[in-house]
Amino acid sequence: MAKPIKTLVNGLYNLRDWVDSRFPLMKIWNEHLAQYYCPKNFNFWYFFGSLALLVLVIQILTGIWLTMNYKPSAEEAFASVEYIMRDVNWGWLIRYMHSTGASAFFIVIYLHMFRALLYGSYKKPRELLWLSGMAIYLVLMGEAFFGYLLPWGQMSYWGAQVIISLFGALPIIGDDLSLWIRGDFVVSDVTLNRFFSLHVIAFPLLILGLVGFHILALHEVGSNNPDGVEIKQNKNAEGIPLDGIPFHPYYTVKDIVGAAVFLIFFFAVVFFMPEMKVPGTQGLFLESANFIQANSLQTPEHIAPVWYFTPFYAILRAVPSQLGGVIAMGLAVNLFLLLPWLDRSAVKSFRYRGRNYRIALSLFVISFLFLGWLGLQVVTPFYTWMARFFSVVYFSFFFLMPFYTASDKDKTVPDRVTT
Amino acid sequence: MDVSATSESKLMHMDVDLSDQQSLQRGAKIFVNYCLSCHSAAYMRYNRMGEDLKISDDILKENLMFGADKVGDVMNISMRHEDSINYFGVAPPDLSVIARSRGPDWLYTYFQTFYVDDSRPFGINNLVYKDVAMPHVLWELQGMQRLVHLEETGSVYYNPNYKNSLELVTTGKQTEKEYDRTVHDLVNYLVYIGEPIKLKRTKIGVWVMFYLFIFLVVAYMLKKDYWQDIH
Repeated sequence: MAKPIKTLVNGLYNLRDWVDSRFPLMKIWNEHLAQYYCPKNFNFWYFFGSLALLVLVIQILTGIWLTMNYKPSAEEAFASVEYIMRDVNWGWLIRYMHSTGASAFFIVIYLHMFRALLYGSYKKPRELLWLSGMAIYLVLMGEAFFGYLLPWGQMSYWGAQVIISLFGALPIIGDDLSLWIRGDFVVSDVTLNRFFSLHVIAFPLLILGLVGFHILALHEVGSNNPDGVEIKQNKNAEGIPLDGIPFHPYYTVKDIVGAAVFLIFFFAVVFFMPEMKVPGTQGLFLESANFIQANSLQTPEHIAPVWYFTPFYAILRAVPSQLGGVIAMGLAVNLFLLLPWLDRSAVKSFRYRGRNYRIALSLFVISFLFLGWLGLQVVTPFYTWMARFFSVVYFSFFFLMPFYTASDKDKTVPDRVTT
Repeated sequence: MDVSATSESKLMHMDVDLSDQQSLQRGAKIFVNYCLSCHSAAYMRYNRMGEDLKISDDILKENLMFGADKVGDVMNISMRHEDSINYFGVAPPDLSVIARSRGPDWLYTYFQTFYVDDSRPFGINNLVYKDVAMPHVLWELQGMQRLVHLEETGSVYYNPNYKNSLELVTTGKQTEKEYDRTVHDLVNYLVYIGEPIKLKRTKIGVWVMFYLFIFLVVAYMLKKDYWQDIH
């Protein structure tokens, strides 16, 4: 019995060696998986990196199949989405996976970023890792924005109209810039076509390149951990970190568990509540107004961006002047880039930080969530004042950071990771 | 006087039941008889409906297809766009996904709240769709209603039950209970054509969940086995 199997296995080994003498196959495998040492104390928050990769794969695969049947023209786009939903075999599943995947991507990325805030993962020597992650986040926002126009519903259309017109608020170049983005005086077939091109080719390529950079940067400096201890400072005679375990097989099998839990939530949404119709909303993932075909002559009653942009949208609306609002919104998104230099504490993990940072981070999370909720609501004077209050809290987290982190009463960090 | 209501919380509520196949079949009949002459459902195919609602091709052709000859056709109408604008002022919207944009409660309330209004071209108005261009096509079933009790409440906007604001002035072929069922069936059907796969989607979902939970258990056992020597 064993003979043919043995021959097959030996054949595969020979094939591997044949490739390996022409391509650094085993070198890459070892450097990035089998001999890439991770801290052994990763907790719940460390699932979201691999989950982001999983969602990226889901989006790319479902996106390829959607593109096979979608028509990027103002005449046909809306109908082609319904064609996918009804006449394409399993088209509905592919479409719901893609629309749910968009929101899932942001949930996973926000939790991934929050992890960095909890454990100081952006701090030296991981500044470039953080910056490349932020670049992915910014490109992802563009990717989501372009993609949202494609179903060519009322919310697609007017959401794009509003967001592009924000560029018009910039002095001197504003009007020309928004005209250049649209390629027309209003959002039209031309806009749809270029957004399609950017959504399916340009931005996915950018994301893939940046993800490659992000992973290479991570594997160069090594992963941070919930204790914020550098495991490379304690190595054994062979140069292996004492608190490190190889990514493969330990974290591959652990991340499969994380993926299984994630997929349960993901497919629960896909199969049971694809619109995510939370009471008081039009549907957080698929808005009811987007089931009306785009109409340039009829503005919907209530235009709101998709939930993942609403914290920034609330900040935009909180500022009385339009230009001021646009600047504030731009700042709110981009201030994360400065975190490695705003944070003056010597300690990474909040486990060993003083009270200042713990309070500041809690207030920041509360303000982010409230702003997100406020961005979904119809404006009232009271809500506007609430948005202003939380905007101030939001910005204070960043602007006051050099002060409250420098004066924080941090605790002693242990030499080795705790379990 | 403002008699329009747009807020969702003030709508009448309807329990959608897509598992009620007879209701969907009755809804289909009402739809093709009363709606499909002016409104299209251009993303919906007759034979998809036949397959989903267990209606044979012959019955489809005999009883449900007036404007089409192939069962694979979509539900188009013969009325021309320009003509419909001449008749109604606006072209009647396609109804394929109307239940997904309006929601079942809105549609249910809409069909219940037509009332006589002589100031309108068709002599009709609607409580949730102010100055609607559509005539009350189901009037022969429901009869005609008029607005009452406005003096007491000032506005029906605050009235949770629209039926208290309206009373029949002429009776129709159906009793109030029968008409409620007619509207229920029609809205049920509109929800179905809004997303035909909804009939099967949740059933498939249960199996997917079942598989994923087993997968989770296996994955967890594998992880535990590998990690037993890590402390």
